[in-house]
Amino acid sequence: MQDCLAAKIEYGRSHRLQPVVSAKGGTPPKLNQTDKPNQAASAGKKGRGAAWLIIAAGPGLLALLMAFSITRGAASIPLSAVWDALVYFDAANTSHLIIVDLRLPRVIASALVGAAFAVAGAIMQGTTRNPMADSGLMGLNAGAGFALSICLAFFPELGYSKIIIFSFFGAALGAALVGGIASLRRGGATPMRLVLAGVAVSALLSALSQGIALCFNVARDILFWTVGGVAGSNWEQIRIMTPWILGALLGAIVISRSVSLLSLGEDVAKGLGLNTVIVNLLCFLLVLILAGASFAVVGAVGFVGLMIPHLARYLVGVDYRRIIPVSAILGAFLLVLADLGARSLNPPFETPLGALVALAGVPFFLYLARKYRRVL
Amino acid sequence: MTGRHQANEAQKRKVALRNLAIVTSCVALLILLFIVSMNTGYIKLSPLDTLRILFGGGDDRENLILFDFRLPRIVLAILIGAGLAMSGCIIQGISQNALADPGLLGINAGAGLTVILYVLFCGANSFLSIFTLPFLALAGAGAAACIIYVLASQKGQAAAPLSLILTGVAVQAGISALTTVLAVKLDDSQFEFVAAWQAGSIWGSNWQFVLALLPWLLLLIPYVLMKARVLDILNLGDDIACSLGVAVRREQRGLLAAAVALAAACVAVSGGISFVGLVAPHLARRLAGPRHSILLPVCALAGAVLVSAADTLARASVQPTGIPTGIMVAIIGAPYFLYLLAKSK
Repeated sequence: MQDCLAAKIEYGRSHRLQPVVSAKGGTPPKLNQTDKPNQAASAGKKGRGAAWLIIAAGPGLLALLMAFSITRGAASIPLSAVWDALVYFDAANTSHLIIVDLRLPRVIASALVGAAFAVAGAIMQGTTRNPMADSGLMGLNAGAGFALSICLAFFPELGYSKIIIFSFFGAALGAALVGGIASLRRGGATPMRLVLAGVAVSALLSALSQGIALCFNVARDILFWTVGGVAGSNWEQIRIMTPWILGALLGAIVISRSVSLLSLGEDVAKGLGLNTVIVNLLCFLLVLILAGASFAVVGAVGFVGLMIPHLARYLVGVDYRRIIPVSAILGAFLLVLADLGARSLNPPFETPLGALVALAGVPFFLYLARKYRRVL
Repeated sequence: MTGRHQANEAQKRKVALRNLAIVTSCVALLILLFIVSMNTGYIKLSPLDTLRILFGGGDDRENLILFDFRLPRIVLAILIGAGLAMSGCIIQGISQNALADPGLLGINAGAGLTVILYVLFCGANSFLSIFTLPFLALAGAGAAACIIYVLASQKGQAAAPLSLILTGVAVQAGISALTTVLAVKLDDSQFEFVAAWQAGSIWGSNWQFVLALLPWLLLLIPYVLMKARVLDILNLGDDIACSLGVAVRREQRGLLAAAVALAAACVAVSGGISFVGLVAPHLARRLAGPRHSILLPVCALAGAVLVSAADTLARASVQPTGIPTGIMVAIIGAPYFLYLLAKSK
């Protein structure tokens, strides 16, 4: 079955199905187009190998990176102490306390959030066939920020589990506004229109949330989310966030086959017997859960969802059954690394995590904008 | 022949009257706003009181409130609005791009970066800063504008409108990320200065800032008005302008430099105010049509009305600190941008 689907996808690509799709269903991005079927088949095999390699070796390497990340920071701690703290925890030992109460939660949070943002980006890019899709660019982050500022202004006593729900609704509001405005015009939403609508909606929503923050004197609390960082993450946040994110990641992997079909175009997916309405709805829900839960913990960290899926596609090909798990692993890598950088660039001060990722993300965005100039 | 000539004359007179009416009503609106704005604030002053104080009848406290706090802020809001709006009008005119705005083209972000660098190395409180900031902001804004233009242009062609904006958005995001990274290194007072600056709070509410900004406007606005006819021709497209005998590249460069300088000088004083340069030219074009000789002044007036209205609203909304003006402008301007986007092809 797997081979059959891969063959279908590659058949579609090799025979230039996409221009036919574009006549009816907007402009699809051109992904790794290959001209000869046999080339495509070999690329698929190579992609599969790379995917298995990343999925098999990734978690181990990630664990190593996380362990290394725990040792670095304002107070240096040997690697052996990390193992000791995890296995023989001693509440009287300061370095054990630092590891378990401060560093471990933030490292776990950055891994989870990185995976979540990356997978959210991958699903968005697949279902909307928009190479520039990202939760930050599409207004999800600004929407969640707006909802959180309302939440802090009017219901300051709310617990973390409810804040996350607010964040979902905010993200939904942002996404709906951007998508709605970009597709108002006949001809539907092109990636370019989506990005521009995203910028304006984000400007509006963040101005509104800043206004609310100043009116109700909660500007200091909001600042944390607008800058973006994992410095404040604690075990309670992780306990509440983990089921949501892990559940949604699992859901994304389960649904990945349908995302592959959708990425061929709505019409093709329908022709292959997919119920596109339900799948689109499910995908939207998963994206909201992933982006909303992550935003509630780390705030505005953009560009992860933009960069990682493209990297994954470059490594493992166009099949979302591979792209989604690989994106999760690569996204976790990226944010753990970025967090490490945020801590060690200018100790003992923190460099804002969101800004660091954006510095890497902007050149990538420009590169994509040039590469996809024709279909934008 | 004479009949047609007379009809032409009558037509011209009608247009002139119409233009006069538009300008007069804009000025009247601005004066009205000016008065309302003087009365608005944490400490209430009635219109009659304001008049009495203006003509020298106030006590020390009232004089202080009106002359040292409110008037400079109102005057600044008007000047900044006019400058940004004209800058936007020029950029939209020469790029034939209805969605262009100095803020969206990264000028705000570039100026912001140089301001934060300056504060980082020279401190926020030196007297010189007021007059050097516009120059530095100009350097930053010019650099950002150049980077965006180069990145957005294709081989041998001028940059296409939408890709210019897309590149602008990206470069702006990058520059503000850099700004955020640098902001961590600031101490508390420096950080407060920069944060207030970024929110566009028209922080320089004293006469020195008016003095620092005024020469720029007095120099640049007449130049731009002189070039109104050139702008009209450039608006027809590069090819037609070239065949009509305009040195397209040279004029474009000069006007673009003037637009960047106008915006940078305003942004140096006001902080991050965007969307004015986008919205005001559209409003003005609806009122006054596409001719730049009338469009530019109306545009300046519209910008002045917009920013001083936003400033008044911002001051009236939350007591006693007030919302930064830039936030208020964004709340008004962003929906308009979305409307334009939904309408555009």
